[in-house]
Amino acid sequence: MADERTIRALEEKVAELRRLVEEEGVDLREELELLEARLQKLQREYYRSLSDWDRVRLARHPDRPRGLELVHRVCEAFYELRGDRQGGDDPALRGGLARFAGRPVGVLFHHRGSTSEEQRACRSGMALPCGYRKAVRIMRVAERLRLPLLTFIDTPGAYPGVRAEEENIAGAIAESIAVLLELSVPTVAVILGEGGSGGAIALAAADRVLMLENATYTVISPEGAAAILWKDAAAAPQAAQALALSAPRLKELGVADEVIPEPLGGAHVDPEGTAQAVREAVLRHLEELLQLPLDERLKLRYSRYRNAGNLGTKAKTK
Amino acid sequence: MPIRKDSKDRYVEVELRRGEEPLWMRCGACGELVFRRRLRENNYICPRCGAYFFLTAQERIAALVDPDTFQDLTLPLESDDPLKFSDRKPYADRLREARESTGLSDAVMVGKGKIGDHEVILAVMDFRFIGGSMGVVVGEQLAHAMDVAVEARVPFVLVVASGGARVQEGVLSLLQMAKTVAARGRLARAGVPYIAVLTYPSTGGVMASIASLADVTLAEQGALIGFAGPRVIQQTTGEKLPPGFQRARYALEHGLVDGVVPREGLREELMQVLDVLAGVPHGG
Ligand SMILES: [Zn+2]
Repeated sequence: MADERTIRALEEKVAELRRLVEEEGVDLREELELLEARLQKLQREYYRSLSDWDRVRLARHPDRPRGLELVHRVCEAFYELRGDRQGGDDPALRGGLARFAGRPVGVLFHHRGSTSEEQRACRSGMALPCGYRKAVRIMRVAERLRLPLLTFIDTPGAYPGVRAEEENIAGAIAESIAVLLELSVPTVAVILGEGGSGGAIALAAADRVLMLENATYTVISPEGAAAILWKDAAAAPQAAQALALSAPRLKELGVADEVIPEPLGGAHVDPEGTAQAVREAVLRHLEELLQLPLDERLKLRYSRYRNAGNLGTKAKTK
Repeated sequence: MPIRKDSKDRYVEVELRRGEEPLWMRCGACGELVFRRRLRENNYICPRCGAYFFLTAQERIAALVDPDTFQDLTLPLESDDPLKFSDRKPYADRLREARESTGLSDAVMVGKGKIGDHEVILAVMDFRFIGGSMGVVVGEQLAHAMDVAVEARVPFVLVVASGGARVQEGVLSLLQMAKTVAARGRLARAGVPYIAVLTYPSTGGVMASIASLADVTLAEQGALIGFAGPRVIQQTTGEKLPPGFQRARYALEHGLVDGVVPREGLREELMQVLDVLAGVPHGG
């Protein structure tokens, strides 16, 4: 049976055997190969049959590549722009100018931090109003300089705090969605890890929305839904299933345009391979968008969001 | 009805049994039994203690528009339960019950009417319908209302009473934030004024999209205005919430709204705004 514990135990056995073979020259090569094959088979089975809750946990995996790391791997160069010019700068939502596949682009991304100190400063990727205002500022730079905009999303949601409320977090998110929808440059969003509610869609209302295979995109965390609707925190796995938050489900629903495959075991197993897959997918979509006449591109974007969710209802297409 | 009681801020729970209109209603704040007609004449404010009763969309419309000028333009749409969602209770059942108890197809009514002789397109949300939450149908009705306002070239008035996005429609609800913002982009480009009236509650995904983008934003006295709920804030940050946090007066003090208006003055306040904006949009 392919379950996490069996796989973990087998991984340890393989590692131990490999150490014996390689370091101490014990002749167990055949056993090693056998075990490795069995491990791979189990892993393949396991990752083919992931539940939505498994994916939630993978999306939150502590070793998953972070926004900044991924941008560095995906882009040839990144020059960070800082500050919202209104008194704030947010390390949880960053961005700037970058070189992508040989061309200049604007980039925005959530950052959760790598070290524990950085993670505290980034509030695990929960951005503040000044973060979203900085995002809007960078969107406007991209618009002025006619740079396509790439966004990388990984946030549990916007920061729920007293000061964030006083500084109008709701309005900052609304403005970010509004400006993103009005840009004349092509926009491609990639959900890397967690796409948590308003804090995510503020960067995700793009021409194309791509998701890493184990990323999630949801109106509320499964824990939140479990607490509100099931009145039971233990119902989070059921809530995850019911919310249809996984990349494959969202591709079916037409919310995501493409699911970017992750290496066996998740993005953290091979960050460079993951980054390459992201780069390839983004480039393909960007090139498609750049082929379209401006009018058509904007019409498609408007129509995508104006008609969102209408499939299956009697609403007329606008 | 899952409505929070708060006598201090003057919003109270309304007892409503399905399918019947009680002659008498009990004030949740002071316990007084009030004759329904008397309550209506008093803008659904308790004549004894001044508490605000929740308004249905129909009641809100009647309180705001000139008599006999309202024309219902709500689209004949019902949620098709796109995710076939079920928690402890199937979403389809919740929808059916909400439709039966409110007489509405979903949590918003759209229509044309006059306020002080000014033509407006109105969208009025109804908290009784699954907390006034925004799923695909509510998003579509709001966008439809803005489209109609663009075509008619008359101001758009939105009365918000919503806890946020509807959980049971998942990301499709989240996308309604983008849908309504896209429709508002068209409204803005057409130069059509948009006035928002925030009531109890105006929070979550609705506040983080369409409700935050008006040209003029009024708050009904006592309204709850914000993004994250107080409990989420306390659980995540452990912060102590300041007195009056996320209430209308607090929102005004922090620059989030243009004015706080008592319920009985809302119609008059809207007339003032519409008077000043007479002739806008130009050629309208
Ligand atoms: Zn009373």
